[in-house]
Amino acid sequence: MTTRTATPTTTSEAAPRVSQRRIYVTEARHEFLKLIRIPIFAVSTIALPVMFYLLFGVAFGGSEGGGVGATTYMLATYGTFGVIGAALFGFGVSVAVERGQGWMRLKRVSPMPPQAYFVGKVAMSTTVSALIIGLLFVLGASVGAVRLPATEWMSLGLVLLLGALPFSAMGLAFGYLVGPNSAPAMLNLIYLPMAFASGLWIPIHQLPTFVQGIAPALPPYHFAQLALSTIGAAESGSWALHVVVLLAFTAFFLAVAAWGFRRDEGRTYG
Amino acid sequence: MTTTKLRHQDLPTTQDTTVLAELVGASKQYGQGAATVRAVCGLDLQVRSGELLAILGPNGAGKSTAIGMLTGLTTPSSGMARLFGRDPRDLRARRRLGAMLQASGVPDTLRVRELLAGFRAYYPDPLPIAQVISAAGLEGLEDRMFGELSGGQQRRVLFGITLAGDPDLLMFDEPTTGLDAESRRGLWTTLRELARSGRGVVLTTHYLEEADALADRIVVIDRGVAIAEGTPAEIKARVPGRRVRAQTTVSVTEADRWPGVTRASREGPWLDLLVVSAEPALRALLHLDPRAADVTVTEPSLEEAFLTLTSDMEAAS
Repeated sequence: MTTRTATPTTTSEAAPRVSQRRIYVTEARHEFLKLIRIPIFAVSTIALPVMFYLLFGVAFGGSEGGGVGATTYMLATYGTFGVIGAALFGFGVSVAVERGQGWMRLKRVSPMPPQAYFVGKVAMSTTVSALIIGLLFVLGASVGAVRLPATEWMSLGLVLLLGALPFSAMGLAFGYLVGPNSAPAMLNLIYLPMAFASGLWIPIHQLPTFVQGIAPALPPYHFAQLALSTIGAAESGSWALHVVVLLAFTAFFLAVAAWGFRRDEGRTYG
Repeated sequence: MTTTKLRHQDLPTTQDTTVLAELVGASKQYGQGAATVRAVCGLDLQVRSGELLAILGPNGAGKSTAIGMLTGLTTPSSGMARLFGRDPRDLRARRRLGAMLQASGVPDTLRVRELLAGFRAYYPDPLPIAQVISAAGLEGLEDRMFGELSGGQQRRVLFGITLAGDPDLLMFDEPTTGLDAESRRGLWTTLRELARSGRGVVLTTHYLEEADALADRIVVIDRGVAIAEGTPAEIKARVPGRRVRAQTTVSVTEADRWPGVTRASREGPWLDLLVVSAEPALRALLHLDPRAADVTVTEPSLEEAFLTLTSDMEAAS
C-alpha cells in the first residue's frame, strides 16, 4: 500500500466546467422563490406600499404636493417606501435567519462562489422592487390618473430601482448584527418611523417643523428627494448632494456588514 | 438509501491510496485572554481515498471544529489544513468535496428538486439528478417543500445535497445522531458503499459502537487532542469494554492485579471496575469472594472509556 498526496490538478484539463451563468441564474431564482413563498414577506413588502398608495394617495388625494398632483407626488414617495422595504427585509431578515439556521455554513462548504450568495439577493430584491414599482405605476396611471412624459416615467422608475442599493447594504448590515428572531421586529422599528419622518407617507412640507429638521439626517429622505426631482417636485438641495449622502450611507453599511461577516466566521464549537 | 449505482471511475482502484485531506498540527482557539476556548490543539489527521475514517470523541471534544478546518469553514489558529493539496477554501478543492454538517437550516420554502438543482449547479460534473434522488431515497418527494418534510426526510435531502456533486471525499458530522435504529443501519450500509467505491469518507461520532462497525481507521479525540489512533480492533483493545460493579470485600489493590482491569475504584461497599471484557474479572471476583452481591455488568459510557485513555497518556508522559 503506497501513499501519495493528492496533487492539485490543473483546471486546463478537458474536464467539464462549471457554468457560472447557471449558478447565478439558479441562485437568483431560488432566492426569489424562497422569499415570495413566505406569505408574510409577500404581504408586507408588496401589498403594504400598494395599499398605502391607494389609501393615502388615490382615495385621500386631491391636494397639491410640490407643484404636482397628490397621486403623482405619492407615486414617488410610496415607490421609495416600497423599494426600501423590499431591500431592508429581503436582505436583513433573510441574512439574519440564514445565519441563525446555518444555511450559510452549508453554502460555504459547497463550491458556491461566495459572491453568488449576494448577487442572488441583489437580483431578488431588484425583482421585488421592480414588481412594486410596476404595480404602483399601473395603479397611478389608471386609478390615480397620473400623466407624465415617457422620459419621466422612465427616470422615476430607474431612480427607484437604483435607490435600493443603500438600503440593501443597510439590510445586510442589520442581518449580521441582529438575531434571527428579533430581525423583523427590529427592522420595522427602524423602517416605519424613518419612512414617516422622511416624508414617505405624508409630504415632507406637511410634517411638523422639527421632523422636517431631522429628515435630512435620514437616508430615505435623500432617496425620496431624488425620486421627486425626476418629476420636478423636490424640496431643496441639489441632487448631487443626495447622491453623495446615499453613497456615504452605502459605504458605511457595507463596512458594517463586512465586519459582521468576518465576525461570523468559524463560530462553532464541539 | 442505496448507492449501488454510484460507481466511481476517476479514482484508482488499485492498492495505493491518496491523501485527500489532512490537518498538520492544526489548532483552533476561540475568544481571547481568559475566555479563550481551545477547541482543537495540535491535531494531525489524514484522510485517504477508499477509506472510512471515524473521528470519535465525546461532545465538545473538537470533532466539529476538526471537520470545520478540513472543509475550510474554520481557519486554523495555527498549523495547516489541506484539501486535495490546496487551501480548503479554494473552490477547486471544494468541487471534489461533499459535506453534511449538523443543523444545516435549509429554507423551508424551497422544493427538494430546487435544492438539489441549486447545489448541482456548483459542480463541474454532478451526478444526474435522478441518481441523486434514488441514492438519497427521495423518490416521490421531489416537488415537496423542505418545510413539509419529516425530520428523517430532511436528513435525506441533506444527504442528497452531499452527494449531488459526485465528490471524491465526503464528510459527515454526526450523521446518525437522532436517527432511529433502522435508518442508522441504512446509513451505515450507504457509507460503507461510498468508501468501497474508492471515495474517502469521514464521519464524526460519539458512539464507539458506530465507529467500530463502520470505520477502517478511528481517531479518538478528547478536549481537542488526538488521544488514540488505529483500527477499530486496536482501539477496542485499549478501551474498557465493560463496567463491573459489585458489593464485595475485595480490595482495589487486589482487583487492579486482575487481567484486563483498566481502572478499579471503591465507593462504600461497592467495587467499581472498568475492564476490557467482563468474564475474567467476574471469575476472579467470585473466586476470591463467593459472597459478592448485586453484581452488574454494563457498558461504560464513552466519557468513562476516554477517561482511562487520557489517564494512560498522562501516565506515559
